[in-house]
Amino acid sequence: MTALDDTWFSSPDDALERLSATGYLADPATTTTAFLAGTLGKPLLIEGPAGVGKTELAKAVAASSGAELVRLQCYEGLDEARALYEWNYKKQLLRIQATGPDQAWEQTHDDIFTDEFLLRRPLLTAIRREEPTVLLIDEVDKTDVEVEGLLLEVLSDFQVTIPELGTVEAVRRPFVVLTSNATRELSEAIKRRCLYLHLDYPDPQREQEILLSRVQGLDDRLAHQLVEVVARLRELELKKAPSIAESIDWARTLIALQISSLDPAAINATLGVVLKHVSDHDRAIRELKLKA
Amino acid sequence: MSLLDRHVEFVEALRSAGIPVSLAEDIDAARAATALAWGDRETIRTAYAATLVKRAGHRQPFDELFDLYFPALTGDVRPTGLDDDPEVDEAHSGPRDTGEALNTLREELADVMTSGDPEALRDLAIEALGRFGAMPGRGPGLSSWSAYQALKRVAPEELVDRIVAGLLARGDDQPTAQRRARAQVERFTRQVEQDALRRIAEEKGARHVAESTLRPTIDNLNFLSARRSDLEGMRREIQPLARRLATRLTKEQHARRRGPLDFRRTVRASISTGGVPITTHHRPKRPHRTELVVLCDVSGSVANFAQFTLLLVFALRDQFTKVRAFTFIDHVHEVTHHFKPEADVVDVMSDLAAATSHAALWGRTNYGRAFRKFTEEHADALGPRTSLLVLGDARSNYSDLELDVFRDMVDQCRRTYWLNPEHARNWGNGDSAAPTYAEIAPMLECRNIAQLGEFVHDLV
Repeated sequence: MTALDDTWFSSPDDALERLSATGYLADPATTTTAFLAGTLGKPLLIEGPAGVGKTELAKAVAASSGAELVRLQCYEGLDEARALYEWNYKKQLLRIQATGPDQAWEQTHDDIFTDEFLLRRPLLTAIRREEPTVLLIDEVDKTDVEVEGLLLEVLSDFQVTIPELGTVEAVRRPFVVLTSNATRELSEAIKRRCLYLHLDYPDPQREQEILLSRVQGLDDRLAHQLVEVVARLRELELKKAPSIAESIDWARTLIALQISSLDPAAINATLGVVLKHVSDHDRAIRELKLKA
Repeated sequence: MSLLDRHVEFVEALRSAGIPVSLAEDIDAARAATALAWGDRETIRTAYAATLVKRAGHRQPFDELFDLYFPALTGDVRPTGLDDDPEVDEAHSGPRDTGEALNTLREELADVMTSGDPEALRDLAIEALGRFGAMPGRGPGLSSWSAYQALKRVAPEELVDRIVAGLLARGDDQPTAQRRARAQVERFTRQVEQDALRRIAEEKGARHVAESTLRPTIDNLNFLSARRSDLEGMRREIQPLARRLATRLTKEQHARRRGPLDFRRTVRASISTGGVPITTHHRPKRPHRTELVVLCDVSGSVANFAQFTLLLVFALRDQFTKVRAFTFIDHVHEVTHHFKPEADVVDVMSDLAAATSHAALWGRTNYGRAFRKFTEEHADALGPRTSLLVLGDARSNYSDLELDVFRDMVDQCRRTYWLNPEHARNWGNGDSAAPTYAEIAPMLECRNIAQLGEFVHDLV
């Protein structure tokens, strides 16, 4: 069993308190899972629709415990050199050219494969850091399957094997957060190593609190109306249901336009902020009985 | 039963429900549970969910099992407000289901649903089942509980109008009030059902209930036995499935993309390495795309299956050069135009349902007639580059199968597949002509979304 690291949370309530102090209003399931991830020293895999605060959670954990956030943004074609480490071959070349004829080749050979010539990429950086670190592996479902294999060693043993140097172990276990939009089923091996949290749209009351804390100058009544409309939109079968990020945008738009009440005309005029498909628009207008 | 036994049995139940739980996760769950205080049931639920459930689709069966193995309460609770009712004190011996009790409960239910207090609603659900859902048995262990009976007596749907009126009085507008009232009634129904399971589990053991009531996860649910509420869940599953399939297909094509050697580019690139062709260049491979013709039986029993398959095929239409769809019962009707690129899923479904009426001239499924009509009216749809996909259970009401016509159709196409939503062991029973048609075109069993997804992936 891992020793309890006092950097992370001491209880689910502590997690709730410290996360909300950074402005991240989480539900009990999220805080409990975040607490467990810290206590058990396991990576946390968060899945859910876009814009519900998956990445934000990692940032909030970092902010709430004074840790630094190391971020690995995943994309198609991401490889070892970008994720883990790379040899700085230009510098190595210089080093070889700079050696005088008196130095033996064996010595030069040993010299150029040292820490000095190693370019650390996010994964290695997170593992080598001695200060508290939150490692965010964002949109892990965008990578190729091979990168998952690379992550396995890092996530289960918190170590990286570099052929020329040997195994580098974590000085201090980072708090690892992986996010995924579930466009691809991740391998069982990855999932087994992680705690899993499905982050969904918040309940209306929490969403209202989030809006009020994020948007300056929003009054209770308008926030309430907005949350109601957004909740109804999410019930419709839309291509892309509005997320928290979009309701925040909507609230800001309404304030910028100085609209104080969300009546059908106002919804109709600003619907483009929350819905991004023509068919979704038509459907919303029909279902909410707005005039086209 | 000790806590450890219960934990082990719970994990066992999850595994038999089709949720893979490895030993490592099992241990994690136990560690997580010990790291938390056992005071709050929801916290424990979260800990178990975080360590054992790694797929969003598995969450619902997990929750159902959790409720069975870690019930919120045992036995009867006595909700406040009915304490002074003399009959309650007699508990199991006296008559509990009286007309007066029913009236009181319904009054209170209407109030609680209007105010929307979740805890009071739960108490009432327990109360309702305890009073009106008891089915006394002849001996110990034979008594049982029936949510159906309780709901029939209480009839929460009849309260909707009252709740709506109450909500309107509180300042909600008509549609919102309607929606809320319905949601409350649904919630109450669900809670009564859950409580029935809990009480039965208490008497007969959680394992017994888990084995007899648990439903498979949505992607393994049988098309032919899906309930109305399941259908909606399945429909929501189609778009993500199509998206996942499309990503997987692009990735695989990407991986296989290396085409024949591009000699000119390879030589040009070799100049920088002194004429040694270190990196070879290849011509990109053109993705091979087929034309697809879908011909589906939309008669009563197989309609769901046909609609799901059509939706999935159309969601993936970028993967094909051209898609045309026809529905039939005994007459063929083209439905391609319903699937406009930006079309709305709900609209498409209702349009398709409406189009069904065109497909039936006589009202009974007749495969032979449908095939003949198809060759007469839409012969242009088939060609050497076409893949033909037939969807149906091949139950043709003992009519003429027109095997020659079907064989001609198959011969015209590059490939033909027949997807049958029935279990393979039922093929050939009764009026099923499955084995006969299977001799002409390969027939595959396709009973749930998971199988459907696999098939479409292989097809492209």
